[in-house]
Amino acid sequence: MKKTHVTTTINGDPVEFLCDPGETLLKVLRDELQLTGTKEGCSSGDCGACSVTMDGRLVCSCLVLAVEAEGAEIGTVEGIETKHKLHVIQEKFLEHAALQCGICTPGLIVSTKALLEENPNPTEKEARYYLAGNLCRCTGYDKIIRAVMDSAEVMRGEA
Amino acid sequence: MVSVVYEAPETIQDAVALLAGADIPPRALAGGTDLIIQMSNLVNESRLVINLKKIPEFMTASIDAEGLELGPAMPCAELTAREDIKAVYPGLVEAAYLIGSTQIQGRASVGGNLCNASPAADTIPSLIVNRAQCVIVGPSGERTVAAEDFVTGVGQNCLEKDELLRKITLPKPAANTSDAYLRLIPRSEMDIAVAGAGVSITLNEDGECTAARVSIGAVAPTALLVPDAAAALIGSKLDDRALQAAADAASAASNPITDRRGTVDYRRHVVGVLTRRAAVIAADRVRGNR
Amino acid sequence: MSEAKIYKHIGQRTIRPDGYDKVTGRANFGSDLSLPGMIWGKILRSPHAHANIKSIDTSKAESQLGVLSVATYQDFPHVSSEKFQAGEAPTDLLDLARNILADDKVLYHGHAIAAVAALSEAAAEAALQLIEVEYEVLKPVMDVADAMEPDSPVLHSDMFTQGLAEEATSPSNIASRMELKKGDIEAGFAAAEVVIERDFYTPTVHQGYIEPHATTVKIDEDGQAMIWASTQGHFDLRASIAKLLDMELGKIKVIASEIGGGFGGKTTVYLEPVALILSRKAGRPVKMVMTREEVFRASGPGSATRSTVRIGAKKDGTITAMQARLCFEAGAFKGSPMGPGCMTVFTPYDVENIYIEGYDVVVNKAKVAAYRAPGAPQAEFAAEMVINELAEELGIDPIEFRLQNAAREGTQTVYGPKLKVVGLVECLEAAKSSPHYQEALKDNQGRGLAAGFWFNIGGQSSVIINLNPDGTGTIIEGSPDIGGSRASMQMMAAEELGIPGSNLRPIVADTEHVAYNATTGGSRTTFATGMAVIEAAQDIVRQLKERAAAVWNVTSEQVDWLDGVAVNNAGEGQLTLAEICAEADKTGGQISGTGNISARGAGPSFAVHLCDVEVDRDTGKVDVIRYTAIQDAGKAIHPGYVEGQFQGGAVQGIGWALNEEYIYDEDGVMENAGFLDYRIPLASDLPMIDTIIVEVPNPFHPFGVRGVGETGIVPPLAAVATAVSQSIGVWMTHLPCSPPRVLKAIQES
Repeated sequence: MKKTHVTTTINGDPVEFLCDPGETLLKVLRDELQLTGTKEGCSSGDCGACSVTMDGRLVCSCLVLAVEAEGAEIGTVEGIETKHKLHVIQEKFLEHAALQCGICTPGLIVSTKALLEENPNPTEKEARYYLAGNLCRCTGYDKIIRAVMDSAEVMRGEA
Repeated sequence: MVSVVYEAPETIQDAVALLAGADIPPRALAGGTDLIIQMSNLVNESRLVINLKKIPEFMTASIDAEGLELGPAMPCAELTAREDIKAVYPGLVEAAYLIGSTQIQGRASVGGNLCNASPAADTIPSLIVNRAQCVIVGPSGERTVAAEDFVTGVGQNCLEKDELLRKITLPKPAANTSDAYLRLIPRSEMDIAVAGAGVSITLNEDGECTAARVSIGAVAPTALLVPDAAAALIGSKLDDRALQAAADAASAASNPITDRRGTVDYRRHVVGVLTRRAAVIAADRVRGNR
Repeated sequence: MSEAKIYKHIGQRTIRPDGYDKVTGRANFGSDLSLPGMIWGKILRSPHAHANIKSIDTSKAESQLGVLSVATYQDFPHVSSEKFQAGEAPTDLLDLARNILADDKVLYHGHAIAAVAALSEAAAEAALQLIEVEYEVLKPVMDVADAMEPDSPVLHSDMFTQGLAEEATSPSNIASRMELKKGDIEAGFAAAEVVIERDFYTPTVHQGYIEPHATTVKIDEDGQAMIWASTQGHFDLRASIAKLLDMELGKIKVIASEIGGGFGGKTTVYLEPVALILSRKAGRPVKMVMTREEVFRASGPGSATRSTVRIGAKKDGTITAMQARLCFEAGAFKGSPMGPGCMTVFTPYDVENIYIEGYDVVVNKAKVAAYRAPGAPQAEFAAEMVINELAEELGIDPIEFRLQNAAREGTQTVYGPKLKVVGLVECLEAAKSSPHYQEALKDNQGRGLAAGFWFNIGGQSSVIINLNPDGTGTIIEGSPDIGGSRASMQMMAAEELGIPGSNLRPIVADTEHVAYNATTGGSRTTFATGMAVIEAAQDIVRQLKERAAAVWNVTSEQVDWLDGVAVNNAGEGQLTLAEICAEADKTGGQISGTGNISARGAGPSFAVHLCDVEVDRDTGKVDVIRYTAIQDAGKAIHPGYVEGQFQGGAVQGIGWALNEEYIYDEDGVMENAGFLDYRIPLASDLPMIDTIIVEVPNPFHPFGVRGVGETGIVPPLAAVATAVSQSIGVWMTHLPCSPPRVLKAIQES
């Protein structure tokens, strides 16, 4: 099967890659582009570990064909910090001990950023429902939600 | 892994031509949240995947005095952000909002939900109660099918191999009409509906129900329109007796199975409860809009 | 009990040293390593839950273009039935091998039969279709009750029940029976004025770690193997590989990747030996990653159980007798946590007369693996439900009832030792005075309370601390970090050395760079590896004193170590750690400390949980509206991560109580092998999980640490189920309390 050539943008960088047309964006990010920050938990869109943004929208990269990235802007966890300066969301996750094993953390960080860009002042319930597609088995979500609410406060300039 | 040939046509004609000329099984790709999972289970098979999302008309929705025209591949996340559509069809929008997680919402579409034709599809009962029409396009032109006739069986729809769902149209509801959709899932999000009910209610100035439509989902091979449940509501003021009669009619019309998500008895009972509750919400919305 | 000490470094909410990698996606987990020339391995799995294998023909797969090697059970060197220690419990080598690749029988749907390595994942998967297996399909046995029937199909013709009064003469699915007793159970029940007996059922559940099993391996021309794996115990993994593949320990290097959750499920072995066989035969590195479906079908779930618990008490609230019959499903091979279940079931209570009978039973399901306090959630669920019902029957508050009968220091356990100082009473008192307990309930709401116990273990840990000439250093330990333990190691070393923790970089080393460390499990890491860190730090302090003494020409006894500074007691002079290190070349060479220990004195951790639920009476749907987890941590080194353990355990238990279960069809095939229909709790399902850290120091640890990782999953099953029961007025005995079951209970009452 001849591979398809794809031209896309990832975290602001122009990127080209070859892929089998049936491959998912998740597999290409991890296996072709060595961007292993995006994690594979289920490959069926049920766990959110593979969350990325595509043209500004939060999606599961396991349910996007890599060929669909043509001409699109992809955002992964690697693009959240800026030149080694952590985003406030990343700082708050660390401060609140909102991670234990850390496998769900990249997906949650990407999703939290998408949440707060769409809704800078979510209630706890809104935050929980927005992030319901990001499974965590270690923390019970309590400290994650605290980190999210705290991040929102800082990003609104209130803290 | 499945062997995929991928196309991304930019016009409806090109998409139809690809379908018509396919020599391996073609699949229309909208959000992909069902299709990509289904393809991942295939081994030693080929598919022609036709991405519909480069066709501009498929990705937009417009609402005017006539009603709603919904592009079939527009992501639910976009639809649910449309306050203008939500104001007129709150039940449809809340049904669309229930599909999966935020990530799924970023891709999944009402058109895809309809075409995938799961018995538990959340948007179908709402489409039915809102009298949605499905405009289908093929090599020989267009035809229109009512939403309640579009799905023909479990995972089956009425599209021919060379046809596409071109758009879904919803007529503007009569005055003093609103709708609601409820489903029962074991958790708070993510799950496939164990039972679902969409209800549209029209009230007169006296609070009497003058028109209603009830459609139930996840309790039969396809979503069902339940005229008996509607009849139980029409002419009443949605008192307890009428609501219970509607609930009982919905339960009686259901034909559920026992599977990993629910039992026959459970589904039959709960679809009645949901019908009642959805009717109350729809009526509250009518009164709230006045 | 020791009086509260003032600590300068431990007890802080520090930023974990591995945190930056984790929040940026840089941390490398099991499937994140790729090597040059790497090929992909995939496993062929049984389509039948129970069948004899008549033949396996891999020739077509082997000759397929792109396939570089194939493996079956025949590729194991001769494996005998031998018990060896490779994890928390002794493992039968033959069972382990036959689970990794089936020998002549498949014993569960998804049981691995053969493996293929090919140039791509897709090529490997396609090649699996070319392997031809002939089966003789047998009737599967899917429930412990059925498996225990005399006429049940038998999984292993060589399994004769151990632990019976008379020797077993015919094969059975009952691997073993165990009995624990104390006092006179009949007299105990005779003295009781109220007796409650109930039967309980808990389903097969999965640990639910978000990261599937994954490994990348290579083996060189001289037989030197490198295994990169997501594992809770890389040393025990090395030991297993050595036994299975007849290799020397020194030829096997295991690197523990960062691990995306384990909860006990990654203390055993699935992929690595297979990958090594494939790698050796192909001459290429091999990567193997389980799909989510494979994780559910073929990696160790937690045991389903059927239990009967009977408790008798006097009207004044004194419990006079406790009895339990606990039947645990082991899955395809013997070895459920029936033992710990029997040992923990009644341990929160100081009662004269106890009789416990346990059965370890095989069924045609995946071989169970440890799941967070293995055996205790299932067993203590049953006990705590009866305790709560008894309290209600007696008209006594459930906290008072427990306080009246609570296990304390000196309580004789049913499994042998007397308890040392423990914190159950303190946890009960904290529950009593908690804001949660004071708050009134609304209509349709119910409240449940439950206690929980887990022993915690010690075991071997080996740590090296190396100091640099500038006074910074490295803590080299070997306990895979599943929950943030590196932060605690940093603080404990800092406390002992008197320097800022940020000067010390803790790393989890591979099997070649540090001596043996027991598997991360049994809530041992902060306790035992912490002790080893402290010992290594003390070794360093001893050396630092010697170097300072040499500089001042005094003896080391005349040198004190205070807050990171050597002080000359016999004269003048102070030297900081950094100053001593700067001159180390002149005083004898670089300074390293070791702590290689076998830790004893692990302190048990008791917990008490409170749960409020609201039940929709028309649909049976349960919402958890308030939850408080109270647990004795001895001494919380990092309070944030201690709270995290309480919360994580509580939520796993909530899932177990409300929605999690394996659903099988009549052919023994799991119908819900994915996160869509195996329903673990979501963020939107839960409220905040309030926590109260009780600290009753463990006298056997320098800082009073008790392991906390496991006990937290024990109380929630009964706390939630009792809350549901209170809400609907029916005692729930079957988990999960999913909406259909709750509605049925409401309708039938």
